[in-house]
Amino acid sequence: MSKSVIMLSSLTKKFLMAFAGLFLVMFLPVHLGINLFILPLTENHVEIFKEAVHFMTTNPLIKVMEIVLFSALFLHMIFGVILWFENRQARPVGYKVSQKSKVYSPASRFMIHTGIMVLLFLVLHFVNFYFVKLGLTSAPAGLNTPADNHDFYNMALNLFSQPLYSILYVVLICGLGVHLHHAFQSAFQSLGLNHPIYTPVIKGVGLVYSIVITAGFISIPIFFMLQ
Amino acid sequence: MTQLNSKIPQGPLAEKWTSYKTHQKLVNPANKRKLDIIVVGTGLAGAAAAASFGEMGFNVKVLCISDSPRRAHSIAAQGGINAAKNYPNDGDSVYRLFYDTIKGGDYRAREANVYRLAEVANSIIDQCVAQGVPFAREYSGYLDNRSFGGAQVSRTFYARGQTGQQLLLGAYSALSKEIGRGHVELFHRREMLDVVIIDGRARGVIARNLVTGELERYAAHAVVLATGGYGNVYFLSTNAMNSNGSAAWRAHRKGAMFANPAFVQIHPTCIPVHGDYQSKLTLMSESLRNDGRIWVPKKKEDAEKIRKGQLKPTQLGEEDRDYYLERRYPAFGNLVPRDVASRAAKERCDAGFGVGTTGLAVYLDFADAIKRLGKHVIEARYGNLFQMYEKIVDDNPYEMPMMIYPAVHYTMGGLWVDYELQTTIPGLFAAGEANFSDHGANRLGASALMQGLADGYFVLPYTIQNYLGDQISVARFKTTAPEFDEAEKNIRGQIDRLMGINGKRSVDSFHRQLGHIMWDMVGMGRNAEGLKKAVTAIQELRKEFWKDVKVTGKKDNVNNELEKALRLMDFLELGELMARDALHREESCGGHFREEHQTQDGEAKRNDDDFKYVGVWEYKGENQEPTMHVEPLNYEFIEVKTRNYKE
Amino acid sequence: MKFTLKIWRQENAKAQGRFETYQLDNISADCSFLEMLDILNEKLVNDNISLPVDTITFDHDCREGICGMCSLYINGRPHGPEQGTTVCQLHMRRFNDGDTITIEPWRAKAFPVIKDLMVDRNAFDKIIQAGGFVSVSTGGVPDANAIPVRKEDADLAMDAAACIGCGACVAACKNASAMLFVSAKVSQFALLPQGKIEAKERVQAMVAKMDELGFGNCTNTYACEAECPKNISVENIARMNREFFFSKLTLAKRESNGGGVG
Repeated sequence: MSKSVIMLSSLTKKFLMAFAGLFLVMFLPVHLGINLFILPLTENHVEIFKEAVHFMTTNPLIKVMEIVLFSALFLHMIFGVILWFENRQARPVGYKVSQKSKVYSPASRFMIHTGIMVLLFLVLHFVNFYFVKLGLTSAPAGLNTPADNHDFYNMALNLFSQPLYSILYVVLICGLGVHLHHAFQSAFQSLGLNHPIYTPVIKGVGLVYSIVITAGFISIPIFFMLQ
Repeated sequence: MTQLNSKIPQGPLAEKWTSYKTHQKLVNPANKRKLDIIVVGTGLAGAAAAASFGEMGFNVKVLCISDSPRRAHSIAAQGGINAAKNYPNDGDSVYRLFYDTIKGGDYRAREANVYRLAEVANSIIDQCVAQGVPFAREYSGYLDNRSFGGAQVSRTFYARGQTGQQLLLGAYSALSKEIGRGHVELFHRREMLDVVIIDGRARGVIARNLVTGELERYAAHAVVLATGGYGNVYFLSTNAMNSNGSAAWRAHRKGAMFANPAFVQIHPTCIPVHGDYQSKLTLMSESLRNDGRIWVPKKKEDAEKIRKGQLKPTQLGEEDRDYYLERRYPAFGNLVPRDVASRAAKERCDAGFGVGTTGLAVYLDFADAIKRLGKHVIEARYGNLFQMYEKIVDDNPYEMPMMIYPAVHYTMGGLWVDYELQTTIPGLFAAGEANFSDHGANRLGASALMQGLADGYFVLPYTIQNYLGDQISVARFKTTAPEFDEAEKNIRGQIDRLMGINGKRSVDSFHRQLGHIMWDMVGMGRNAEGLKKAVTAIQELRKEFWKDVKVTGKKDNVNNELEKALRLMDFLELGELMARDALHREESCGGHFREEHQTQDGEAKRNDDDFKYVGVWEYKGENQEPTMHVEPLNYEFIEVKTRNYKE
Repeated sequence: MKFTLKIWRQENAKAQGRFETYQLDNISADCSFLEMLDILNEKLVNDNISLPVDTITFDHDCREGICGMCSLYINGRPHGPEQGTTVCQLHMRRFNDGDTITIEPWRAKAFPVIKDLMVDRNAFDKIIQAGGFVSVSTGGVPDANAIPVRKEDADLAMDAAACIGCGACVAACKNASAMLFVSAKVSQFALLPQGKIEAKERVQAMVAKMDELGFGNCTNTYACEAECPKNISVENIARMNREFFFSKLTLAKRESNGGGVG
């Protein structure tokens, strides 16, 4: 398979990257929406959170979506690495002096780095939550009954009570934010959607989106750190 | 003495070309595959010819001096290309285009050739549109036209200020298509240094690989030179740095005769010279004269103040300005032909009315046009030219009038060719600026692109078949023939000699000196005394060159200095021939202005009784006086008149 | 004006290169960048009159910003500091007196160095040969006004066709991608009715050739657009993406890579 993947046209690879990326972009607000109920937004926020978690972990449609999501993630990562590797090979001798022009988007230069940050975050996230649910790793101390495997609320509270974890969480989510800032409009470009009227709108939406997602996610550990 | 047979077909003017095509020899498709053609040069003429030959099924080898065919200097033509489509319904016709061109050339071009040019011009536009050339269009979706010097109709098609670029890229894409299909083989970064002649026919070339320095041999049944003009003999010109006259000159040394070498076009609208380090001059498109008005101050003291920087041109009122072209030539005004406009600018500057720090500049003013049409219209029409001007001069032409001065631009002279574009060496053809054929003593604007593409797309593909028709039984040539050995040995000798001189002066210092001689004495105004002086000065400079030039670098590597030296050694001979030709032609016509021959009000005085001919020069050996032959010009279908752009 | 120049020197494609430092004095502010290099070369010849010396090789030709031959990476930017300008149109007044200027060749696997600052951009020709044309032969075409073209399309095609093939986009791109160059040609033809007919085959053939030649992938950084001397827009890249996917989805007959559309 690896050979045929590499043999795909550069444009096809980018298309799949963008397509998978946009799918992931759609997933994030859902996740954020649920996560925010860890915060005391309403009286019954814990119940809402737990209910949502229950729905997300048991609904068969979501199960199917989960497979699609993981495939998209896998695809996105594989192509990201292949493209990065190919791009490095395209310039064997670098420049001595390199100065970026004004419109050069800094985020775009660090996609592989911020991508790795996101991957690190996911590994952490899986170890702490998803694998616990699957029973692959044990739940944190004090939460080791089988039913507690789904008690993501208390798992989260437990984790956010550790400042080191919270700081790491904030840093990695900021990486995600930078990644998203370039990725959002870039995906549209890769899919061939660029128009003098609509592209500025897409860029604006992308900026707002990446700020909202980042701010939303980091608001949770910050809330706990301030307490 | 070689008989010059121009091979003009019989019959009425308008039927000559059709009649030629009907009766010429053809090569059948199976035989085309067995025939090889070398095309040297990839500008409009070369690329168009090579692409067309490839499509027809010939085996084509193309030599390109640059890294890609797309770099050829045709790319720099800005204004447009003429054709008698009569889309604007302003009374244009093939005859009118023919007539304007031959009149613009001051009746020194061959009638039949010019008519054919006008005839195929329409096909060029069709061809280019089909290739995807993005010509300017109206909102209706149809093609737009504009007007150019020397014409009273709008017949110029254009693609912004980059018409040459778009036409060249069209020809380049056609050529690329044939390279992709394997019909044409491209050899880039190769410079042709000699023609190989076997049994009296051109059968190959020797070229230097500009990357490895190797001398390479190419054999074929016919050779086409489309290597452009020799304007760089002046050192400063609007030509590209790599443009040179060597291919044509080396063919000349091998027996191809050289026609009208003195006919050089000095373009009126170039950015003035500003320093002695300058390497080239930049042209501002003639199309600017559509909307710009040319003037100098009426009073000498104003001109002086402007030169000293004490007065700005915008401070001068209308009554203090001399719109000298509008004054002298009311009928054509600012749109007189190039030779007339250039001479008028020189006349004003010589008389002390010039502006700029050097006094060698006149104004091209857009203030009226901006007032009449609005800045946005002017910007849409000439934006890129204005930007280019601002970059070079650091002055804003929307607010300050542009400064312009004439500069060497195009050479009407070139290898003598007959109606079939064949030189006096059988099997050696010349196309585009490299030949002398269509522009007489002065070329009209937007006609160079027309001629290059006409030769390449619509003339050579026919006439070369007429030559190759009886060559089908001639087997492919081997490059091991003794004629190749001999030619290569000669070139090797020249290179070794140049590199061995190890003198004290750089190649450019000689070239600059030659340029000064040429510009001062074989430039816009010429006289017998100056031309005689020029001949001796060039001969002396040539001796000096062969004694004291320093060519650095290695011969088996990229070596710009060696390339320049090889080209300069040819320019040093060509320059002398130009001076000789200018000296012999005791009349003023087109770009050739002999100060002895002018009317009382300074207009050119042609001498049709004695000089209505093409001066065709034969090479007689190094440091030998060349011989001149004559091809009389018979005008059967038009009346030869004095050019008049006044009324 | 006075300058310190750090220039990449490399004897030939295989040799090891290095930076050499040169001092230059008395340069007029109106001098163009390439004229400044001419002066340096002339000085190299004159200062070393009895020594074997080699002048600095750099590509250049028309010197009026249209042939696309000049290709210098100056102080970290292709064609130097001025926006929308080729090196030949860059003037020394854009620099400060006493500046140190570093000059490097284009760097890309697909553009190997030939000598000093001269690189081989033949890869661009190969991409055009793969499909950058309308497959029309000389003659036998309809009248130029037979097919009207929307002015907006003609203008957009002209915007794309203004590309001079200098390779600054590849030089500027952190991935040495040729997308802007290829997409400009694909766009020009895709926008015009004359080119539309074989648009599907063209885009596939040209992209395949581009990939084969070792250019990098586009990561939508848009440095190409920022550094393009002719201000070619990245909208062309999106258009090419669009054309490519559409052709992938709808083209019944698959062309083999680089086979050309002819």
